[in-house]
Amino acid sequence: MLSPDFVGRVYPGVGTHEIQASSIAAFARAINDQNPAYLDPQAARLLGYLDVVAPPTFLITIALEESHRAMSDPELGLDWTRVVHGDQRFEFKRAVVAGDRLSCVSRIEAIKTVAGSDFVTVRADFVDAESELVASAISLLVFRGLDS
Amino acid sequence: MSRRTYESIQAGEAIGPFTYLVNRAILIAYADASGDQNPIHQDEEFAKSVGLPGVIAHGMFTMATAGRAITDFAGDPGAVLEFGTRFTKPVLVPAGVDVVLEVSGVVAEKLLDRKVRIDLQVVCDGVKVLGLTRAIVALA
Repeated sequence: MLSPDFVGRVYPGVGTHEIQASSIAAFARAINDQNPAYLDPQAARLLGYLDVVAPPTFLITIALEESHRAMSDPELGLDWTRVVHGDQRFEFKRAVVAGDRLSCVSRIEAIKTVAGSDFVTVRADFVDAESELVASAISLLVFRGLDS
Repeated sequence: MSRRTYESIQAGEAIGPFTYLVNRAILIAYADASGDQNPIHQDEEFAKSVGLPGVIAHGMFTMATAGRAITDFAGDPGAVLEFGTRFTKPVLVPAGVDVVLEVSGVVAEKLLDRKVRIDLQVVCDGVKVLGLTRAIVALA
């Protein structure tokens, strides 16, 4: 059982993530979405963006890695072979576009233990080069107990 | 392509239904693009060894597929202000099969400040695989 005392623990990310147009294009192709705003800078500019736009779930490519690294904190003692993604939410202050340089801070928002499984809510806040909050990815990760 | 206007949309308006396909090759491409290489999404034997009936789609792939219905409806993928879901049931993807995901939605509510709430359902083989799938979208 994971102690609720870990709620509020903050894990600063390592370095900045420069959002590449090629990563956005690869992600769009992988989800079979040919939206021109993901692929064509001109189409994105017509919508008012500086460069191609990232799909709404794109930040998961950074958020899960950051959360995983944060929550591999040995003090937590979590078993990542028994994790299930329970739910996921994104909040945007503005769209993420190619060229953004984002840094990420993860924070444990909630811990609940039900029937031997730990339900951990992690919020990853993404901040741009001007220190403005751009988006947040909030993940509920379920660490299944040995009996479930 | 341009962002839909608030005035052009009525509460209760239907979105879709759309059908999207997923198969093993798509899951490998998603694993590569997303960095989520958990073998339960690629390796049948491994998936069974951890108690699953077989290879399952990444929940985030299914969520991204639902997101496509929202961004196509809005006419602007940057219009999404909030997007969330629960992962309620796994999407089984047997080898050699194109599995169909059916996405349908409704404009649940017109909000202040030219925003709308969209509720979605994603069904695979007659079973709802996502729960409480909702987005808030800013319109022109």
